[in-house]
Amino acid sequence: MTAVPLQPPRRLIEFSLDGQDTRVPEGSTILEACRAAGKDIPTLCEGDTLTPKNACRVCVVEVEGARTLAPACSRRAEPGMAVRTDTGRARHSRKTVLELLASATDLSTTPRAAEWIKEYGAEPGRFGAAAARLNEEPKVDNDLYVRDYDKCIQCYKCVDACGDQWQNTFAISVAGRGFDARISTEHDAPLTDSACVYCGNCIEVCPTGALSFKSEFDMREAGTWDESAQTETTTVCAYCGVGCNVTLHVQENEIVKVTSPHDNPVTHGNLCIKGRFGFQHVSQH
Amino acid sequence: MDLHFGDSKPTDEEREAVDALLGPPASAWEGGTERTDADLRWAVGGRAARERRDLLLPALHAVNDRTGWISEGALDYLCRRLTVPPAEAYGVATFYSMFAVRPRPATVVHVCTDLACAVNGSAGLRAGIEERLGTAGAATGGVSWQPSPCLGLCERAPAALVLRAGEPAPPPGADRPPAGGSDLRRRASAVVAPATAESVARAAAAPGAAAGPSAAMAVPQAGQDGLILLRRVGVVDPSSLDDYRAHGGYSALRRAFELGPSGVIREVTDAGLAGRGGAAFPTGRKWQATAGRPDHPHYLVCNADESEPGTFKDRVVMEGDPYSLIEAMTIAGYATGAHRGYLYVRGEYPLAVERLEHAIGRARSRGFLGDDVLGQGYAFDIELRRGAGAYICGEETALFNSIEGYRGEPRSKPPFPVEKGLFGKPTAANNVETLVNVGPILTMGAEAYAAIGTEASTGPKLFCVSGRVARPGVYELPFGATLGELLDLAGRPESLRAVLLGGAAGGFVRPDELDIPLTFEGTRAAGTTLGSGVVLAIDDTVELPRILLRIAEFFRDESCGQCVPCRIGTVRQEEALHRLLDREGAGAATDVALLREVGQAMKDASICGLGQAAWSAVESAIDRLGVYGTARGSEAGQGPRGDK
Ligand code: SF4
Ligand code: SF4
Ligand code: SF4
Ligand code: FES
Repeated sequence: MTAVPLQPPRRLIEFSLDGQDTRVPEGSTILEACRAAGKDIPTLCEGDTLTPKNACRVCVVEVEGARTLAPACSRRAEPGMAVRTDTGRARHSRKTVLELLASATDLSTTPRAAEWIKEYGAEPGRFGAAAARLNEEPKVDNDLYVRDYDKCIQCYKCVDACGDQWQNTFAISVAGRGFDARISTEHDAPLTDSACVYCGNCIEVCPTGALSFKSEFDMREAGTWDESAQTETTTVCAYCGVGCNVTLHVQENEIVKVTSPHDNPVTHGNLCIKGRFGFQHVSQH
Repeated sequence: MDLHFGDSKPTDEEREAVDALLGPPASAWEGGTERTDADLRWAVGGRAARERRDLLLPALHAVNDRTGWISEGALDYLCRRLTVPPAEAYGVATFYSMFAVRPRPATVVHVCTDLACAVNGSAGLRAGIEERLGTAGAATGGVSWQPSPCLGLCERAPAALVLRAGEPAPPPGADRPPAGGSDLRRRASAVVAPATAESVARAAAAPGAAAGPSAAMAVPQAGQDGLILLRRVGVVDPSSLDDYRAHGGYSALRRAFELGPSGVIREVTDAGLAGRGGAAFPTGRKWQATAGRPDHPHYLVCNADESEPGTFKDRVVMEGDPYSLIEAMTIAGYATGAHRGYLYVRGEYPLAVERLEHAIGRARSRGFLGDDVLGQGYAFDIELRRGAGAYICGEETALFNSIEGYRGEPRSKPPFPVEKGLFGKPTAANNVETLVNVGPILTMGAEAYAAIGTEASTGPKLFCVSGRVARPGVYELPFGATLGELLDLAGRPESLRAVLLGGAAGGFVRPDELDIPLTFEGTRAAGTTLGSGVVLAIDDTVELPRILLRIAEFFRDESCGQCVPCRIGTVRQEEALHRLLDREGAGAATDVALLREVGQAMKDASICGLGQAAWSAVESAIDRLGVYGTARGSEAGQGPRGDK
């Protein structure tokens, strides 16, 4: 059971979603309304524990009377609004965005990307073999986690999680601009010289696997990473008195990574370095 | 916040540059060199400094102006002073093209490669400069050069701008107040236009020596009767407040005080003034919405980040008649209930910055700005902010972020600026041309003003005519004049091939469409846009595909990178246009179809206007001009477009 914090009652507003009269609490996003109605809108940069950045634009929907499409993840439903989620225009943008992303970025570890590419008929190959790509080498500069920005879709989630939305450490930011923009420390210094405190909260929110545990990265390299053979056990971190929930991912009796339940009202998926990375001792006993 | 600083120390010069802006550090915690006893006993939280985060951009400028680039030590030092995490400040510094985070020579030559300059021989200029100064970015003889987007000198294309760090600016007006009170060494600059490789080399050797060309040169109509917005340009001494007043200056502000804030808004609304920045939003409505917000303080922002390729009208007004803008901002601030106005001028306009700084100082010392403007009990002051080379900062919400010391990335709307703008407060943002209309509205009255132009587009309008015309420059015409009439004034080229209306974010029209009335409604009816008032004439000496490629390159370069359709879409657009350089007809069809599909997604799904407009000029060239042998709707499976 998860505790549900009580909220002041919110007014319901009414709007039309794909022709259906829909009622949602005031302040809900179109995406929340869609999910409540059982509609599957693709999302990449949206994260359940973060303020939507609406940067990927894969969730766009058509709002009647609007000149451009609206990002479902962040646009709030307004009374009387008429929203269509499945128009040709919306589908075209989603398809193109998926094509563009897949043509520039390695989406091989992005959950559901392949499924959506298929569903929308996206053909990333059509931009030709010479199409510019990110072409980044993985950054392995510490023993805890790896930054493989070739897989980065610049969703800003790690920056937000490291910065004012959770950790308040501000070790990383976006540097450069346009296609050359990259997530970076100051002067592109190695993580070990940065303000990073290795809480790993950025890994927790990264939607693409651009940020991953060193253990996972090494096993993928070696071809031994096998999610289907893994079990997940949620327990309480044993280190300090805070008592955060940790989820241990175990493959062949070894902890291979640690996540944290996002619906925990205290930690929202965040941990500290000990809970996140200090699992070696478990295997040593 | 985990502030973590490296071991690199600032040099004395860098420290001095920052301290000249921020004052000496209060303690060792803030980067002071000596630890006092008190420092050892308690740490300061930096809260006061954090509240001045908006000084980050000026601080980066201070260092860059002094040494030509921003070193690790300097960045660390200003982060300490302002309590800004270094990673964030690095993200900000690398966002702007005028800053460097690697060593480079003090003298940097910016060579415009944009539309008007491309049409007038920037390629040759570039080659000549390459011969003398080596490849772009290389340091040859203490000088480096870089290709630059539009410098706003289109009427004198091809243009170059020389910036040298660490030298005092050339002595401008005689009565210039001491900048910052100290001998604040700033960079020297030289505008070279029209430029040759020789004149650029000469200016690079001594950038302080050249006096910039006068603003009047950009106004072929200068001194003519009947001008409203340009009437003082080339007529008054831009450094003299008294001369400005002798030519009717500050009578509008007095009228504003008579009318009261709501009276001013009523006049502006009745005059039908619509924003001249491109969106044509009714100014009175914007002011009303800002004035009525219960949340305080309110801010006024003047968007002088004119960076649309082909646009230079705001520069000419700011250089030639700076007080008119200061007065208009004061009126706008008064009407919207703001006590502080931010004037954000693009970094590539050193002369405008200087004239405005000077004008603000004079106005302040004479009681036209300050705690009690004209003794009316209204407090208003203006902070001038210099941009640092980012077209996107002309987007109003990106401009707010830039002022606040963040990366100049647009915010999502809603919420709109009138509700949550600068520093999260109600903000009225207007561009220069819009604001300078306010003075005439108040002096001539809403009715007389509304009688100018057409019913839906009232008042006078400034146009920036460049390209292959005999007399390029800023023209003022009442709304409703036709494109042909304007071109005739400027000297139409013999074999006109096309006109780019509204700049890189606008669209091309054909020579047989010159009867398009230059109004918001007229251009819309013709399936194009007035945009910011750019009129770039192209004749048949110009290779259209190259111009399209330059437009694509521009958008790719200037995309902030926040959203996928724009960040990657602009790259794919440029790649396709590259392939199309030597393809036509059937061979081109696949790439044209690809351009359409990517373009549609950019238009529909991008966060801001940059991405939304990044394909419009190319689209119009395909649909209206039939470039690549694909006139309207001729390729398979495509219906006619552009008429939505
Ligand atoms: S590293 Fe991951 S979380 Fe960070 S921006 Fe890239 S994709 Fe997003
Ligand atoms: S994750 Fe960190 S803060 Fe949470 S219980 Fe474990 S040691 Fe304590
Ligand atoms: S459209 Fe382009 S410039 Fe605008 S937010 Fe998106 S990436 Fe940035
Ligand atoms: S999920 Fe909505 S824009 Fe990315």
